[in-house]
Amino acid sequence: MAGHASNELSTESPWGGKVSPFSTSYGKLMMWFFLVSDALTFGGLLIAYGFTRHSAQDAWPIGEETFNSMPFLGHGYPLLYVALMTFILIVSSVTMVLAVEAGHRMDKKGVIKWLALTIVGGFFFVGSQAWEWSHFIHGSEFGKVELADGSQAIVKGHFGEIKSFKVETAGAHHKKGEVIKEDLLHAYQHAMSAGQIKHDGKSALLTLHDGSIVSVQKEADEHLELVIKTNGDKYKIGNKIEGKEALNIYGEAVYSGEKNRVIYGANLEQNEYGPQQYGQFFFFITGFHGFHVFSGVIINIIILMGVIKGTYHKRGHYEMVEKTGLYWHFVDLVWVFVFTFFYLV
Amino acid sequence: MERDDIIEYSLYTHHDDEQGKKLRKKIWMVTLLLTLVTVVEVFLGAMIKQDSAAWPYVKLTFIILTLLKAGYIILSFMHLGDEKKAMKYVILAPYIVFIIYLIFIALTEGAYVGNAVNSYGA
Repeated sequence: MAGHASNELSTESPWGGKVSPFSTSYGKLMMWFFLVSDALTFGGLLIAYGFTRHSAQDAWPIGEETFNSMPFLGHGYPLLYVALMTFILIVSSVTMVLAVEAGHRMDKKGVIKWLALTIVGGFFFVGSQAWEWSHFIHGSEFGKVELADGSQAIVKGHFGEIKSFKVETAGAHHKKGEVIKEDLLHAYQHAMSAGQIKHDGKSALLTLHDGSIVSVQKEADEHLELVIKTNGDKYKIGNKIEGKEALNIYGEAVYSGEKNRVIYGANLEQNEYGPQQYGQFFFFITGFHGFHVFSGVIINIIILMGVIKGTYHKRGHYEMVEKTGLYWHFVDLVWVFVFTFFYLV
Repeated sequence: MERDDIIEYSLYTHHDDEQGKKLRKKIWMVTLLLTLVTVVEVFLGAMIKQDSAAWPYVKLTFIILTLLKAGYIILSFMHLGDEKKAMKYVILAPYIVFIIYLIFIALTEGAYVGNAVNSYGA
């Protein structure tokens, strides 16, 4: 009541004052509360993802088909790279907990060693994510094709290697008869999505940037399979087209001379993997997580400088390492969920 | 005058080398377990395709394994298992109650919306 002198605090109950009811310091508790709220943000994102995925049903891409590449090795390694990223993050979480343990023994050298390793692991993870983003944005060799009936299909199979281009009609930069051997896939895909490719019955003819027309020396695509991801007049979501029919309607679509019949990779408006929201969720969820990892690395570096300077040793405890450790483990924890719900399931 | 109203807890939770050895052994065991679980997950995903009859069970396995991993990270790495019971539940209860409910409602509703769009158009 106002005006009354406050009564003597009772220290018998844990909530009576002068005692920390949770036996935890203020800083650590606040870090926990921050993590609780941050986890709700990630929870919201993943649940929104689940909602969209369940409403898109069969049109949604399958993780192990979208993410099946390894650096230097090419395609055919479903989810192995993501698993490696998961492993890197788990290991960096382990080095972090070892740094905290060393802190409890006031072992300054140990803290420096393990915290530095944690930072290295963090950089590895952020780098891996950059590679994966780049791969996701550039896309596969086939891309997604819009068929004649308006349906859209992803293309599976073996992409025949492009050997060379032979200039048939000279343009600004190339002479007739010249053989081009560089930057082939890029030019080929550019012409495909711009609709600047035709077929004269023998080989594909494409128009380059400078206006020259080249014939494409390319091995035949094999084992072509089209999987429908958007309904059209004839084909419906989930239909699979194989064999000669697949070759025919694929050729019909890509040599139509129309723009945007083939889509490669992903941006915020369209992607080759599935519905538009898929790309957006990929960029937002993994991007938001990557931002957390990046800021975690920065915070770890700041704390490491404090450790090296001996700030915490003088203080008599390494609680700052514990607090940044909590944040770092949380980032790992979120990735465990992203790994399962974005990639695996 | 020395202030007596500032009480710092858990700051001096030091331990000696003997205890440290035990703790480190536990940390490496948890590492091994988390790695194994990840390997099993990737292996299962590669072996069993999404259109097979066994897929729903694989999916359930994934979710259980994920919760197992999350449990080890929170309780062991983040030391929440060593905190007081009251604090443990302050952190965990919102998820146990809220997230399970939200997942259920969002997925059910999502599937329903998808069916409606498929049947009647967007």
